[in-house]
Amino acid sequence: MIRVKVLVTLKPTILDAQGQVIQNALAALGYDNLERVRMGKYIDIMLRDDGEGVDQQVREMCERLLANPVMEDFSYEIVEDAK
Amino acid sequence: MKFGVVVFPGSNCDADAYHVIKNVIEQPVRYVWHQERSLDGLDCVILPGGFSYGDYLRTGAIARFSPVMDAVRDFAERGRLVLGICNGFQVLCEAGLLPGALAQNTGLRFICKFLYVRVEETDTPFTCACKRSQVLHMPIAHHGGRYLADEETMARLSRERRVLVRYCSPAGDVTPQFNPNGSLESIAGICNERRNVFGMMPHPERASESILGSEDGRWIFQSIVRSLMS
Repeated sequence: MIRVKVLVTLKPTILDAQGQVIQNALAALGYDNLERVRMGKYIDIMLRDDGEGVDQQVREMCERLLANPVMEDFSYEIVEDAK
Repeated sequence: MKFGVVVFPGSNCDADAYHVIKNVIEQPVRYVWHQERSLDGLDCVILPGGFSYGDYLRTGAIARFSPVMDAVRDFAERGRLVLGICNGFQVLCEAGLLPGALAQNTGLRFICKFLYVRVEETDTPFTCACKRSQVLHMPIAHHGGRYLADEETMARLSRERRVLVRYCSPAGDVTPQFNPNGSLESIAGICNERRNVFGMMPHPERASESILGSEDGRWIFQSIVRSLMS
């Protein structure tokens, strides 16, 4: 099995209102050294390794569904042989 | 002419749209279940407001996989009329029938209130009964209505005059103060290149009877009827 950890975030150019609110809340708790907080989504996927193109498949899944390319960026990490 | 109102799991303005078409505009209408694959016999399809598939992943992201959406795409390609209201607009963007995307409101709140939009273009089947710069009083009810698109798309929308309604003051002035959700250029609704697919965040079906506070929504439905009759 292969485990894929996908992160989806708003593009840097797009106002992330949730991130800003979180940053303000953290500042209210006294953390005064925050430069930036961005909020995103984490999608945890387990898939069978059919021997070819996992990377390509994951990229495609992100582009076709998991992220909206108009407003979101994605990144992912592939963990081999997850138990 | 005959209207269809698509019902996705989680649609909640379908009955309102159906009611207005049947009892206010007095045209034939039927519900279209999201599993249906044919829109034969219809002239205009409405994707109503609501929370299709619980807004899971992103608003409208899952609805586009419903079987009916293939039929909606064919329908649009054949030049028939498609109107997406609120969640319907979000679905049309996710399905690629309209460009851009609808992000969370900048204020992070669900906004449910009456406001004003200005009709920017009248050479479309959805606005042909309106006058240019006419101000319509209609409600919005959404959490994710902030229209976003890249610069190239924005330039194209402007060049092709595809922004059909913008949020405005009661007098029709488009200023940031009257932009409820942070939409780029106060955009409340856009159409496709061929002008037969229109998505809008405000709810004309909730503003078509005086008892509900406004009859201005009728201008949209009457435009559709007029264009279908001509």
